[in-house]
Amino acid sequence: MEELTKVEWVRLPLSTNYAVAYAAKDADIDIVSAYPITPQTTVVEKLSEFIANGELKAQMIHVESEHSALSAAIGASAMGARAFTATASQGLELMHEVLHIASGLRLPIVMSVAARALSAPISIWGDYTDLMNTRDTSWVVLIAGSAQEAYDSVLQAYKIAEDSRVLLPVMVGYDGFLMSHTYEPVSVLANSGAALRYIPKKVTWATLNPERPITVGAMANPDWYYEIKYQQVEAMKAAYEVVKEADAEYGRTFGRSYGIIEETDTDGSDLNVLTYGGIYGTLLESSEIIRKNGIKAGFARLRLFRPFPYEEVLKLAEKSSALVVLDRAITYGMPIAGPLAREVISVLYSHGINIPVYNFIVGIGQRSFTENDALKVVSASFEMLKRGQKIDESIYWGVRE
Amino acid sequence: MELELHPLEKYIRTEKMPTTWCPGCGIGTEAQAFIRAVDELKIDPKKIVIVSGIGCTGRMPHYLRFDGAHVLHGRAIPVAIGIKLARPDLKVVVWGGDGDILSIGGNHLIHAARRNADITVIMNNNFIYGLTGGQVAPTTPKDTLTYTSPYGPDSKPFDAVKIAAAAGATYVARWSTAYPVLLKESFKKALQHRGFSFIEIISQCPEIFGRINGFKDPYGLYQKIRKIGQIRRGIGPFETKYDWNEEITLGEFVNKDEPTYLEQLSQIIKEAQESGQDEA
Ligand SMILES: Cc1ncc(C[n+]2csc(CCOP(=O)(O)OP(=O)(O)O)c2C)c(N)n1
Repeated sequence: MEELTKVEWVRLPLSTNYAVAYAAKDADIDIVSAYPITPQTTVVEKLSEFIANGELKAQMIHVESEHSALSAAIGASAMGARAFTATASQGLELMHEVLHIASGLRLPIVMSVAARALSAPISIWGDYTDLMNTRDTSWVVLIAGSAQEAYDSVLQAYKIAEDSRVLLPVMVGYDGFLMSHTYEPVSVLANSGAALRYIPKKVTWATLNPERPITVGAMANPDWYYEIKYQQVEAMKAAYEVVKEADAEYGRTFGRSYGIIEETDTDGSDLNVLTYGGIYGTLLESSEIIRKNGIKAGFARLRLFRPFPYEEVLKLAEKSSALVVLDRAITYGMPIAGPLAREVISVLYSHGINIPVYNFIVGIGQRSFTENDALKVVSASFEMLKRGQKIDESIYWGVRE
Repeated sequence: MELELHPLEKYIRTEKMPTTWCPGCGIGTEAQAFIRAVDELKIDPKKIVIVSGIGCTGRMPHYLRFDGAHVLHGRAIPVAIGIKLARPDLKVVVWGGDGDILSIGGNHLIHAARRNADITVIMNNNFIYGLTGGQVAPTTPKDTLTYTSPYGPDSKPFDAVKIAAAAGATYVARWSTAYPVLLKESFKKALQHRGFSFIEIISQCPEIFGRINGFKDPYGLYQKIRKIGQIRRGIGPFETKYDWNEEITLGEFVNKDEPTYLEQLSQIIKEAQESGQDEA
């Protein structure tokens, strides 16, 4: 508590993109390498402004593609620099092979992702297909639900990434447009030095050093490759704990923490709705009309996608008669096609929990999802629950077939 | 009675009008010069395919009534080569911004030039990333500003003419939106050229590049582009200038006849098959 009083904040109207840029500045990053892409671009524009104005002492590399953006971050991080990059959509896809290099080399890079749909056809609008495609890259994936949380999560991301038990890159996702380009009041540190008490600059990871020459990323044969990759499995397990610790310590230091799943009215409800990102705000807005329609619905928002927070999901499931899972991405070719719903079902199955999981695909390519849609989705689910009905295929909400 | 809006209307997807291009943007001038070239050459529009990456310029296939593909940012050139190899009878044209062609797709440009791939690449150089709202491009000249280089670019710009020529392009020209007739004539040559043709067009982006650099209206920026564009004849690609304060040299700098990629490929296959037969 004593610490808390020392921290001074400034309250600013910021888009989530700007909030992320402020956080990267306050983390005193040493390098930022990026290539513009909608809806991420204003993150790096803001950072270049900070650097140009002398508010942030960092090198900015205007690379020629996202592939180079993450590669440059890898080079800098391998030399012990605190590295940052930001992207979205096709940019994240173009980085895909480099994502595996960053995690395989165990480099604590932090990246923000303003989640956006993928081509073809081109859509600059938001959904989570890009972010969900990073599932198997061994990055820690946080998904924020507000500009404030995005700011806090970027600072937490360095705490997690640089923890010597983890040493994995961390991604902070949030809704393209609905969050990246809308303004909210955000408290940012008045003095960025305060952030460094939480995330002191200390090189905790193995770096290159010409004085003591080593080779990173060298060929691993069948006799050792497997064990090296297994270390990433262990690191992910450790990350699960460290994510919670980092959030708790953030709360002690700065007075805000989020937990792993944010919940509203989930105890004693008729059913609970689980989702991620900014759509949670729409759900909360809809809670009143849902209640007026005679349904007691609870709402939950997942903040951590990788490592997958199975304990918290189990706890939520144990007190739910049914889970309605809203996904803003599609896993093509699977009957249950929502990436989150699939993880939830697998966790429930392996723990013998057999409640109905109603998976709705919503908000694809920024198809509107309003409070009214929320009401209809919850009502439809409640009807199915009353009939004891389960589903074996996702419901593509509002699609014209 | 069917009313024709314009003699070139048949080449335009009028149902897609208005375009997303800003008032005063130079891309429309380029589009018009191109369809005039196609019209004057009497090329069957059904024999043209336009491929673009992403960018304001990349919108071209939306608006011209040719078969078209709007592909990934930077990847139009390899897609075009694939199209050309599958259907050598078609004229395949890539149209892209300087970011598309020289940044993210720069590698494809030099390799297509090296192979003398039988396609035409048109590059709209507005000195900036337009669609994403004004970030520094590899062409951004010294002494100009962008939103990600608020005190000027940190590196010297690419001169696309020199790059294309050095990589082996067999037709290389640079024009500006101030010379639409010369541009049209150059399009005609490129469309008839065997092998890799590359045309760079210096163009105005008044809404973004213009505003950041203190040009209060499109005309001011257009005047600047008109003034710095110096046409020089009879000089090679390496004697040209790309200098915002002095001169950006315009003209045709390479025009030579060499076997195309497909011809080289066919030749190797033929030779290999013949030598194979000898052994058999
Ligand atoms: C892989 C990838 N990275 C980034 C982008 C975002 N993006 C779209 S267009 C563009 C650059 C636009 O500039 P330019 O190519 O010069 O074309 P202009 O808009 O100026 O015509 C960028 C960076 C993208 N679509 N895909």
